[in-house]
Amino acid sequence: MSTTRRITYREAVREALREALQRDPRVFLMGEDVGAYGGCFAVSKGLLAEFGEERIRDTPLSEAAFVGAGIGAALAGMRPIVEVMTVNFALLALDQIVNNAALLRHMSGGQLGVPLVIRMATGPGRQLAAQHSHSLEGWLAHIPGLKVAVPATLEDARGMLAAALADPDPVLLFESIRLYPTAGDLAVDAGAVPLEGAAVRRPGRDVSLVTYGGALPRVLEAAGQLAGRGVEAEVLDLRCLRPLDTHAILASVTKTRRAVVIDEGWRSGSLAAEVSARIMENAFYELDAPVARVCSLEVPVPYARHLEEATLPTVERIVAAVEEMGIGHG
Amino acid sequence: MSLDRAHALELLRSMMRIRRLEERAAELYQAEKIRGFLHLYIGQEAVAAGVIAALQPGDPVVATYREHGHALLRGISADAVMAEMFGKAGGCSGGRGGSMHLFCTGARLYGGNAIVGGGLPIAAGLALGDKMQGRADVTAVFFGEGSAAEGTFSESLNLAALWKLPVLFVCENNLYAMGTALSRSQSQTDVCVKARAQGVPAESVDGMDVVAVEEAARRVVARVRGGGGPSFLELHTYRFRAHSMFDPELYRPKAEVEAWRKRDPIVRFVARLRDEGLLDDETLRGIEEGAAAEIEAAVAFAEESPWEDPATLERHLYAEPVTP
Repeated sequence: MSTTRRITYREAVREALREALQRDPRVFLMGEDVGAYGGCFAVSKGLLAEFGEERIRDTPLSEAAFVGAGIGAALAGMRPIVEVMTVNFALLALDQIVNNAALLRHMSGGQLGVPLVIRMATGPGRQLAAQHSHSLEGWLAHIPGLKVAVPATLEDARGMLAAALADPDPVLLFESIRLYPTAGDLAVDAGAVPLEGAAVRRPGRDVSLVTYGGALPRVLEAAGQLAGRGVEAEVLDLRCLRPLDTHAILASVTKTRRAVVIDEGWRSGSLAAEVSARIMENAFYELDAPVARVCSLEVPVPYARHLEEATLPTVERIVAAVEEMGIGHG
Repeated sequence: MSLDRAHALELLRSMMRIRRLEERAAELYQAEKIRGFLHLYIGQEAVAAGVIAALQPGDPVVATYREHGHALLRGISADAVMAEMFGKAGGCSGGRGGSMHLFCTGARLYGGNAIVGGGLPIAAGLALGDKMQGRADVTAVFFGEGSAAEGTFSESLNLAALWKLPVLFVCENNLYAMGTALSRSQSQTDVCVKARAQGVPAESVDGMDVVAVEEAARRVVARVRGGGGPSFLELHTYRFRAHSMFDPELYRPKAEVEAWRKRDPIVRFVARLRDEGLLDDETLRGIEEGAAAEIEAAVAFAEESPWEDPATLERHLYAEPVTP
């Protein structure tokens, strides 16, 4: 008999952090407000009291310095978890992430590995306006040498951190701001899950809805609505944006012959563009319709609730994109 | 300070190995054996020789894109350094790094960092990692005075001072950030003032005097290793050559270069050792010939080393092969 308990995404991440800190003395957490404040999104609340200041380190507002320090500590044999509040702030540390974490192993001919985990929040949904709401994980997925994972479910929120820490290379974990308060049932014994490989979240035969991260709940809702109209949509959660599970994408599209890619990033140069191109390159003759994309509108995320909502891939836009493919009408 | 002869000759040998390596590198660049950016260290040898003499073998070293000398003194063979500059398979990174990216895990040499100021946070992290694991190592990070204008300078010094990290910040002040003089680019031209503003004790030393450099470094390293937190050394030095091989050097007067050349750290040290009766012609010739032989052997090694097979190009991107 499987036992489950009610848990939020935020609590699942915290449990994963606690387990990592208990399991390996080389693991420590550092970032802005992670200690005394309890984490800007309350993820690390209570960990300072439990593990002390040596392992739960409040950092100065110096993104380049503490991300770079994470790289150095990883090189020295530690297993740092660096929290950057939001991906927007990570831009201040982009030099360290891109020019050092991602490149050191290759530039050194395989001598230097950087076993570093960087966690950050991403995406809109809390009325935080343009400088706190963007979805830039697709940019970082452009960089060879990084792994970019996006937990969209409670299982992944609970299980991806352990896999990221076990990885000998730098792993970026993107946690959706919107998902933190969401609750659900999670197995009591839920533990590590593989970092890589996409997952079918809902099987279907008529169209593949390919997505990841904060968009997943809307895509599942859209799939539910489509089912009411006789369209069985398959929902594929990419889970990891680099490396990208091309095999799973092609397996789904080959079965359904149609694909809509839903991505909270902007359309131009987006991850959705990459997924779309891979389908075109590898499964063009399997398709019954051109690949469609539903992305965020190409504007900075606005503050007002209704404006913010209007930028997003909504359930209505996803359903409409599927209907435009000419299925669901008999 | 009276000099121990054996140690003094070792310092001289260190500087002459670097000088020979760099002079040959310049020739090989003209011969198009070395391409890309090549930043030479000629004139600054006393800094690497003096500071590295004050470190223990396990101490991490973080350097910049002008790091051939640091790599050599840290124990990367001249063969591996030269072959890397040639882009050959026998180079320390199989030709993937080149002149600006020399690394050696065995020697704890972490760069070769070609982003100005980019190595500073990594040094803080290495020191943090060593400290958290109870090791008594001191991380030495070399950087130019141009780095003092980067955000990572104040960010890293602040972090190191706040957390009392065992870092020795070594500022090689050669007066020019590429072609821009310190006074043209920074409002506060005393980098020690900037360091002290972050709570890091700082002192200036004549970077053309290898004995003064080593003496200061030994004193400061002992303080850092003893748990005193980070320290900052500013070494006044000068690069006799251009910033890189592409630099037409329009930004500084020839007279200034000539004036600094009179303070050549090797020439001065040789004169001092002769004065003190520690060096004779035969010994000097022996050191010169030893350095020349080492570097010529390295050039031959680099010439003969095969090119890395492009089939291996995607290796070393991740620990395990990953399909993107």
